[in-house]
Amino acid sequence: MNTRLDPVRAAGTPAQGAATVRGRAGAAAVVAPRSPLAATLRRVASLVVVHAVLLTGAAFVLLPFLWMLVTSIKPPDEIFTATLRLWPHHFNAVDNYRHALTSAPLLRFALNGLIVCAGILCVQLLTAIPCAYALAKLRFPGRRALFVLTLLALAIPVQVPALPLYIAIAKVGFLNTYLSMMFPFFLSVFAIFLLRQFFKGFPDDIIHAARLDGMGELEIVWRIVTPSAVPAIAAFAVFSFVAHWNDLYWPLIVISDANLAPPPLGMMFFADAETGSNYGALTAAATILTAPLVIAFLVARRQFIAGITMTGVK
Amino acid sequence: MTTLAEETLAQKAARRRLRLEKLTGIGFATPATLLLVTVCLAPLAVLVLMSFTDYDLGNLDFKFVGLANFTKALHDPVFRRSLWNTLLYVAIVLPLGVGLALLVAILVHGRKRTRGFYEVAYFLPVTSTLIAMATVWTFLLHPKLGPINALLGVVGIAPRAFLSDPSLALPTLAMIGIWHLVGFNMVLFLAGLTAIPKDLYEAAEIDGCANPVDRFLTITWPMLGPTLMFVIVTSSITAFKVFDTVAVMTHGGPMGSSEVLLYSIYLEGFQYFHSAYAAALTVVFLAFILVFSVIQTFTLDRRVHYG
Repeated sequence: MNTRLDPVRAAGTPAQGAATVRGRAGAAAVVAPRSPLAATLRRVASLVVVHAVLLTGAAFVLLPFLWMLVTSIKPPDEIFTATLRLWPHHFNAVDNYRHALTSAPLLRFALNGLIVCAGILCVQLLTAIPCAYALAKLRFPGRRALFVLTLLALAIPVQVPALPLYIAIAKVGFLNTYLSMMFPFFLSVFAIFLLRQFFKGFPDDIIHAARLDGMGELEIVWRIVTPSAVPAIAAFAVFSFVAHWNDLYWPLIVISDANLAPPPLGMMFFADAETGSNYGALTAAATILTAPLVIAFLVARRQFIAGITMTGVK
Repeated sequence: MTTLAEETLAQKAARRRLRLEKLTGIGFATPATLLLVTVCLAPLAVLVLMSFTDYDLGNLDFKFVGLANFTKALHDPVFRRSLWNTLLYVAIVLPLGVGLALLVAILVHGRKRTRGFYEVAYFLPVTSTLIAMATVWTFLLHPKLGPINALLGVVGIAPRAFLSDPSLALPTLAMIGIWHLVGFNMVLFLAGLTAIPKDLYEAAEIDGCANPVDRFLTITWPMLGPTLMFVIVTSSITAFKVFDTVAVMTHGGPMGSSEVLLYSIYLEGFQYFHSAYAAALTVVFLAFILVFSVIQTFTLDRRVHYG
């Protein structure tokens, strides 16, 4: 803390002299307008500039969402002509959404996404929690080695083991199954890493007391230590769900059956099938498949931001 | 006598407890360890071995060919182009994705009532399904129907085929990459800004450092250093792994102008089934990721100590 403060303090002292000079010069130049009115004006001006910059950026960021919603309720002739008109003359929402829902099993894609994400998350937690507890609180041979391997695996994205895993899964004949979609993600070294940090802070005294009360280690893990880590587990759950709901690379490799496709792959199949540019139906489909996570995000903003930015640590 | 007996009894109990702890530890770590070996370590070893062979999926046998796959990659125009394009993509996304996020974070940090709105607006792309939004972007960028070209028309710029012009395809994908990345980095920067103690700014004000630019240079910038390093590294890794938009919007085209490393690996490994060659390309991909990750571990360490 001290070393961190010192350079700033040190930098502050020489700057002081310069700032005083500048302050005096400024005062001389604007003697009269140094009134509260001028200060307020300056504050308002800076606020206007700040909001102008932020709103311009936000408009650019939100443009695709806005256009997606608007296009999904436009009739084809307006999509093909009125390029800069935002609000449609005639509404075609029912047709677009019906076409999207009937020509592709969109709800099936969403259900597939739900099944795959839930399956992955369950196994991740079931394997990571005991392992993290062992790494944090128990002494056993190979503990250091396991932790180093965990750190190493943290750096390896799924695209690296994908090729051997694909060959193995193909040889076993498990392509085009839910299991093949979930298998590579059953282990989350990130969950182990995160929960180990969390469990390390759990007081040893409580664990000892529980042991004296005759509780088994499994009971201690699931009934005492895990409930204390609920915030970390919730954040990890959001992170895991969003990552696998949106993942394209691995499902694209192991799934060719449209009935098993998770949302991104399903969207890709649908977009390829609609080779004519039926953008009304395409944007309707995009709306349906984007909606679940976006709505969840709007409802639970804090948890989402905490969960997703954990990839920053990953 | 009694004390000796008690001691041995206590020692026995302690030894039994230690043995129990060992067994429990091994038992708890086993499922995760087995998975770690099957989904990560063993495939990694197989991948490296395979990169030295001539195996194609479907072949009955294979032989070791040394570095042949790597020398082939060195002379393969597609691989060279995809590596170059990937680095170019990183070179566009990194400065803009980090710089814009820093600017937005600093401006948003000072807001009180509107902060929630801006956070949601900028973060929305991170939660949305990129593949679905890529379809929307394809429409937005459409040469005839897209509103972006219509907007350019209003300003008097001739319409452009963003995705089918070889000189524009990669920069256009990079813009979408930035769109997807800014909100994420903004949140990391906001966390870093919140961690700066307020009294530092007060002290600076007393010292005569009233100008916002001065305050930024003397306090915010140095204090944000670790966060900045960290955001740069994670953004580099994210950008280096670009795949989704290429696979959906351009398929590497036009004329190979948007071929990127992961897309080439995907084609060689899972479309043409040149397994050994794809393995060699993956090893190259991993080498780059590891360089980024080593830097990341280093900066993570720093963040833990100073942040």
